Amino acid sequence: MSVRAFSLLGLLGFWFLVAWIAADPMVLPMPQELFSPLWAELRSGELLFHLGRTLIRVIWAFTLSMSLGLALGLVMGLLPRVDRWLDPWLVVFLNLPALVLIVLCYLWIGLNETAAIIAVTLNKIPNVTTIIREGARSIDPNLKAMAQVFRMRKQSVLQHVILPQLAPFIAGAARSGIAVIWKIVLVVEFLGRSNGIGFQIHLYFQLFDVRLVLVYAMSFITVMLLVEWLILQPWEKRVRRWRTA
Amino acid sequence: MISVDVRSKSYGDVPVLQDIQFDVEQGQTVAILGPSGIGKSTLLRLIAGIDPKFEGTVSRPKNMAIVFQEPTLLLWRSVFENIQLIHPELSESAVREALSEVGLADKADLFPGQLSLGQQRRLSLARGFAGNPDLLIMDEPFVSLDEKTADEMLTLTERLISKTQPATIFVTHDTTEAARLATQTLTLHGQPATLKTKETLK
Repeated sequence: MSVRAFSLLGLLGFWFLVAWIAADPMVLPMPQELFSPLWAELRSGELLFHLGRTLIRVIWAFTLSMSLGLALGLVMGLLPRVDRWLDPWLVVFLNLPALVLIVLCYLWIGLNETAAIIAVTLNKIPNVTTIIREGARSIDPNLKAMAQVFRMRKQSVLQHVILPQLAPFIAGAARSGIAVIWKIVLVVEFLGRSNGIGFQIHLYFQLFDVRLVLVYAMSFITVMLLVEWLILQPWEKRVRRWRTA
Repeated sequence: MISVDVRSKSYGDVPVLQDIQFDVEQGQTVAILGPSGIGKSTLLRLIAGIDPKFEGTVSRPKNMAIVFQEPTLLLWRSVFENIQLIHPELSESAVREALSEVGLADKADLFPGQLSLGQQRRLSLARGFAGNPDLLIMDEPFVSLDEKTADEMLTLTERLISKTQPATIFVTHDTTEAARLATQTLTLHGQPATLKTKETLK
């Protein structure tokens, strides 16, 4: 904890330093200059409203891309025949720029919530699939044989034999997933939504208000740090318990 | 009754096994001997149904158990769950009974990684016998243990076999092990491997 706090303080110190050198609040304001706009946005309810909108989109896209990517990755990792067919698709989607997918979704589906969430989900699925496929390929064949000979039920095999072996891969996909997803959500909002952090950043970018751009960006980074510390890390610690026991 | 009839098994173009026929009655123990690399484990995988790619037939019961060379445990589940999840039909006391049978009664709540290798092997053995299998398959279950531990394992296995009376097929390269456990010994030889005709009864 102390290292983490020091490391963040170091980042803050760096900010002070650069802001002091720049000496222009229009370019980079001092950290303490953000307090009053932050307070104003909090009091008016604007900040929490847009934060909530973005968070809902992140949760949707995260849940969809993790579950679809997990299923797809498992199938591709466990069945080489399916893998041979789907692998080229995966490469195509992995290399499709996020921006192209977003624009196409808006053009085809319309400027609405569905298009926004689908665009983010499609951007993330190939990534999750690739990581999970790697995990599924590394599953211990002896354990698979054991489960087969003892005639374990399919659901039990998935829950107690396969998924625990995939846990580090799922955690990796979730961690990189959540970071990438919220960035793409911001782009999606920037381009075609009328609320959310991305929309607000777009707005204050046009007004050239660096302070509010920073306030909105920082507030969401804070939320993501809390998710990492309060949800992801405790979960990971729990599933890793057997390694350290 | 288990009847094994493997006409041929090959990996690619290389034939590994050929014309292997034998039956095992309930309560009998068959040892399969032969030098390492000859295909004993391959034969066991065919018998267990893990590898279905071969010519021939194996008739096997539904209720089977297997003990591998390696303990092959669910390292992320407790010792207790390592039996209970594999045999969900067992009651809690039956699981504890199976654990105390191999001297692991007080280890139920630990993770397998906290056990010694000898204890992990015993857990694997307990898992094998816990479901009262009709067919028990063991692949070199005593290999790479020190002499004392191996002897304890052998004694334990003997006791569990006589208690549950499964048909047992096990692979070893150690003739004294074979002589102690088996009612019948089969020896693989040649390339592709097949059975030597000489059969010895205990």
